[in-house]
Amino acid sequence: MELLLIILIGLLYGSGVYLILRRSMVKLLLGIMLLGSGANLLIFLLGGITKGKPPVIDEKAKLFQDTFADPIPQALILTAIVISFALTAFAIVLLKRVYALVDSDDLDDLNTNEEEDI
Amino acid sequence: MIDNYILAPVFIHLFSAILQLIAWRKTVTQRVISIVGSLMGVILSAQLFSKVYKGGILTMNASNWDSPFGIVFVADLLSTTLVLITSIAALAVSIFSATGISRQRMLYGYFPIFHFLVMGLNGAFLTGDIFNLYVWFEVIIISSFVLMTLGGRKTQLEGAVKYMAMNILASTFFLTGIAILYGITGSLNMADLAIRVKLIENQSLIGITSCFFLIGFGIKSAVFPLYYWLPSSYHTPPSAVAATFGGLLTKVGIYAIIRVFSLIFVPDDFTKNLLMVLAILTIITGSLGALIKINIRRLFSYLIVCHIGFMIGGIAMFTKIALMGTIFYLIHDILVKTNMFLIAGLIRQIRGTMNMASLGGIYAQYPKISLLIAIVLFSLVGIPPLSGFWPKLYLFEASFTNNQYAFAGALIFGSFVTLYTIAKMWSEVFWKDVPESVVVENNFEPMPLFKKTLLVLPIGLLASVTLYVGLNAEVIIILVGKIADQLISTQPYIEAVMGK
Amino acid sequence: MKSPILQTATKYLLPILLLFSFFLLLRGHYYPGGGFVGGLVASIAFVLHSFANGTEATMKILKHKPLSLIPVGLSLSALSMVAPMMFGLPPMTGLWLEEPIPVIGMIGSSLFFDLGVYLVVIGVVLTILFTIALNNEEESK
Repeated sequence: MELLLIILIGLLYGSGVYLILRRSMVKLLLGIMLLGSGANLLIFLLGGITKGKPPVIDEKAKLFQDTFADPIPQALILTAIVISFALTAFAIVLLKRVYALVDSDDLDDLNTNEEEDI
Repeated sequence: MIDNYILAPVFIHLFSAILQLIAWRKTVTQRVISIVGSLMGVILSAQLFSKVYKGGILTMNASNWDSPFGIVFVADLLSTTLVLITSIAALAVSIFSATGISRQRMLYGYFPIFHFLVMGLNGAFLTGDIFNLYVWFEVIIISSFVLMTLGGRKTQLEGAVKYMAMNILASTFFLTGIAILYGITGSLNMADLAIRVKLIENQSLIGITSCFFLIGFGIKSAVFPLYYWLPSSYHTPPSAVAATFGGLLTKVGIYAIIRVFSLIFVPDDFTKNLLMVLAILTIITGSLGALIKINIRRLFSYLIVCHIGFMIGGIAMFTKIALMGTIFYLIHDILVKTNMFLIAGLIRQIRGTMNMASLGGIYAQYPKISLLIAIVLFSLVGIPPLSGFWPKLYLFEASFTNNQYAFAGALIFGSFVTLYTIAKMWSEVFWKDVPESVVVENNFEPMPLFKKTLLVLPIGLLASVTLYVGLNAEVIIILVGKIADQLISTQPYIEAVMGK
Repeated sequence: MKSPILQTATKYLLPILLLFSFFLLLRGHYYPGGGFVGGLVASIAFVLHSFANGTEATMKILKHKPLSLIPVGLSLSALSMVAPMMFGLPPMTGLWLEEPIPVIGMIGSSLFFDLGVYLVVIGVVLTILFTIALNNEEESK
């Protein structure tokens, strides 16, 4: 399981970086999303994968008698997913606006000269 | 010591944002709420500062979970000082925004978003949990995206794409670093991490992890070679927004570097050398960029990069004197850089442009305002006894005692370029007559006196705080000395969070 | 894209999904669920309705703009965050009533926090999706 996740994380990071280095804005966005998913899986992996019960422990129990899964990585991933959801939604709207204004998908076309500034 | 009220500066901005959301599209009410809220923010953070200054480090365990299990908020001297300075800068920006921001942008929700941004800044300064720091960073960047794109001119959106891409990338690096750190140590509480990281046998793994944090924070604070998004985006939004960004956002990155690299990863020789090289290159490239720019705000953007190098260099030396210089420069830089962009906004109102070639004659027309601006420019350059002079003195002393002559040279070079560009800007914008071919559209002159005051007052406010910092340097030096002590010996911080 | 099957189905699915989302919201304290997921399910219910009947029709049954849910939810959450400070406890501490109430279960400040999150999520998701959808409809016209 760990090995599978490691390969998957490597793939996600690698393709994410590759897409970010392209000149297209849509590929930039896709690359950022892939990198985000890679980071989330990395938290999941490094938090330690244990087969265990949900970490809700009986009130009277004084000792851990079972293996319990670590709840923190899940909380972190959930937070990170929510944040990346908001960022992605914003980025899609922004890139749509830019495409409508500049009429190009190429990042190199996003350069207004200094002379045209106000 | 536990104090449940240390989040007051965060909550006050949260509640002003909510009230403004309820008063959606009522721009006058929003302006009043914004100014009152920011004023209360200043008062509350001043109270917090005096409490911490007298009584030592305060902590608050959110939801009553004991640390290191819950999220802990820590108010030590560094964070409360920065909260106080940030609140003052936010007050100035919020007064300036009342007239400096177009009604159109206010209708799209400028003010609530601005307060969410300041809330994020205060939260980032006060948190003692590394993942919580990430969350506050996201609050900051999401609000800053909205502020950057609000209004939607073409150049603005172009800048926003670069800004967005680089900042999301920085957050991903930061998150990756947190993931690895959690995997190694099993903790997220910064004080707990400080203890656990020292016990790890494989220290080279820790070194690599620290590089993720360095890249993440380096992008945010615009360190060479990751700074290029800054000069290509900071000149595009309205000046009040650019003031918040230029004055505060990059400085959160610096704060995060100071915090993480003093508490968790205490710099070893490799990190110190790396930081030193980065600092020197940041100063040189930033100042070379500033030399050729003719748009005021592009010029200021490069000066931000240049001066970030000063602070990184101080962190790289990591002695008491060097850290005192860094912290003093941080305080000075937040006040002055915010003010510089506000001044750029004022110049735009007066002349309708920010291109130095078509500006001129402001001194002849408004001598009093020009003299006020001159104070700010002099402190930026570092004319003694103004505020920019003292931190440079400390940085020089530190670089000579640590045999970092290259940094001392870069410091001199950076200061001279700053002097040269500011002198050029003074003569072009204030002394020279307006070129005859240029038609001046002066929006400032026909304004009623009240609006004029709202534009000039924040500049005066920040300038007087700068003057206070410069002329009362002996007080500030005692303060930054205490901060530097807390940064070097972190035991009180750890004890305050973890209990003895 | 108007399919009568989807339209008829959403007529029944909308209330059921809303009820389910509320169930998730109330269940969330000790079991999987909570304000965020509940809010997502509720907003998916409305999104489904807008797929079947068009965005305009969904805006009509909502009566208010989804944006106006955000301040309500935020203030609810923020107030339940600072409420424990009145009792000398740190912010965000859970305050609970002694006795459980039938159907709803235990009532405490974290329930109100979740309710606030629920409203904010509905407001934010619907605002984002409607903005994108209305833009697309304008462009395709």
